[in-house]
Amino acid sequence: MAMLIVPLGATGQEESIVAGLSQNTVSITANFNGSEILIFGAVQRSAPAPEEPLGVIVTIEGPDQALTVRRLDRNYGIWMNVEAVEVDAAPTFYAVATTAPFDEIITSTEDLRYRISIPRAIRAVGTGSDRPGDFTDAVIRIRTDAGLYQVLESTVNLRSETLFDTSIALPANLVEGDYLARIFLTRGREVVTSFETEIEVAKVGLERLIFNLAHERPLIYGLLSLFIAIVAGWSASAVFRYILSN
Amino acid sequence: MLIYLPIAEVSVNAFLLLGLGGLVGILSGMFGVGGGFLMTPLLFFIGIPPAVAVATEANQIVASSFSGVLAHFKRKTVDLKMGGVLLVGGLVGAALGVQLFNALRAIGQVDLLVKLSYVVFLGIIGALMFVESLNAIRKSRKAGGPPPRRHHRGWIHALPFKTRFRTSGLYLSVIPPLVVGVAVGVLAAIMGVGGGFIMVPAMIYILGMPTKVVVGTSLFQIIFVTAFTTLLHATTNFTVDMVLAVLLLIGGVIGAQIGARIGVYLKAEQLRILLAIMVLGVCFKLAFDLLVQPSELFSLGVASGH
Repeated sequence: MAMLIVPLGATGQEESIVAGLSQNTVSITANFNGSEILIFGAVQRSAPAPEEPLGVIVTIEGPDQALTVRRLDRNYGIWMNVEAVEVDAAPTFYAVATTAPFDEIITSTEDLRYRISIPRAIRAVGTGSDRPGDFTDAVIRIRTDAGLYQVLESTVNLRSETLFDTSIALPANLVEGDYLARIFLTRGREVVTSFETEIEVAKVGLERLIFNLAHERPLIYGLLSLFIAIVAGWSASAVFRYILSN
Repeated sequence: MLIYLPIAEVSVNAFLLLGLGGLVGILSGMFGVGGGFLMTPLLFFIGIPPAVAVATEANQIVASSFSGVLAHFKRKTVDLKMGGVLLVGGLVGAALGVQLFNALRAIGQVDLLVKLSYVVFLGIIGALMFVESLNAIRKSRKAGGPPPRRHHRGWIHALPFKTRFRTSGLYLSVIPPLVVGVAVGVLAAIMGVGGGFIMVPAMIYILGMPTKVVVGTSLFQIIFVTAFTTLLHATTNFTVDMVLAVLLLIGGVIGAQIGARIGVYLKAEQLRILLAIMVLGVCFKLAFDLLVQPSELFSLGVASGH
């Protein structure tokens, strides 16, 4: 259990966030099958709560990755890649959970400013196409289908305008790196305060060992892979000969 | 049982991989093909990144071919001399093929070219083998005895540097096997497979080798070509996934042993017609994918050149 108190830009604000995560590190082991992160916290107030209802938005964002998005089209009766667009940075994972439908608790200006919704989290879609929007939509659609982008509207529980909690499932096909968890409080569709903390996702044990060997000693790794293959091939042959000779 | 693959960075079902390995291993032992042309598309399908699938598949083929070739060595159905000549050609061809592949990649459309070459070569080879072995079966039924040996009289036998390939029972110039080796090597490098499915028909129809010897000799040759490919991928792209390879090859080596023994009970014509049907099946599937509108028109790739 890790508890963190990091109110951002708390000067002159009447409300701040105290929050924690069920885990700040995710270890990818051989039988890793995804992980559920519980995010919980409370709103701290120095003055009575304002009239307008409180909104809470929780996001978890994986490391950014540059992508090439290709579009297929029919040419000469064959489906082939006809267009490619470079996306400078798209998060490898992105989940956004809210207390109410997205549009009801935040304006698009605030969304743009804090890069909260999924389309805003994808940065700098390159030119080279007259319809770049189609390519961004494709990234979101493909990654949503793979469970890597999640929009979880109205899944944050908020009690007495003070206590909140939600859980976000990280899928099994996670990329290693530092994941950023952010919490935003909104009133009147404006962000009043936010909070962020990191989740470290890393391979451990055998997974770590194999990955490091493959990258740091590639020749030894390659030879070892061949050695395993030859030994496996030989032992299968030997076992079968033994079985059949009896 | 789900298992996380450290290089591919995805979780997959371990039993599914064992099963796939076993199935492809059986085909490998039976027909002398590495099985890469079947396994690689299957790995794409279960979500393994293409680069990892191609590299790891090469590693797995080393295991199943080695397992299969030992069974063939025991039955003395490996022509080492012919295998050696083909291998020399194959390695030269592979080196040329890698250059060609990189040149094509620079132009773009390398995916399409790979797929088109699959469709064209699988289609031609599959159709020729199918017709030929069907005729052979029909002839043997009519005659009631074994079909006559094919004799290639003509320009191939007029070439110099003739040598005796004892196991295959051939007296032939080394030039045709060298050329076949180079051609298969080039194609194998472009298409990212061992090349057995091209090598096997080439040995039967161009070199006139007996089918029983072809399988073992092809496997012998494939071991070296795929071992070379594995090392190349491991040192330049870091895309060989050891965990994935081990899961595939456990199934693969067992399958290869079973396959090599099934092969003994089949007639040469039956073996050829089954291989032809399999080759044509893969060809139709790939052609279908090129001609029919896919459900997702966009694809994501990790950007290069950044």
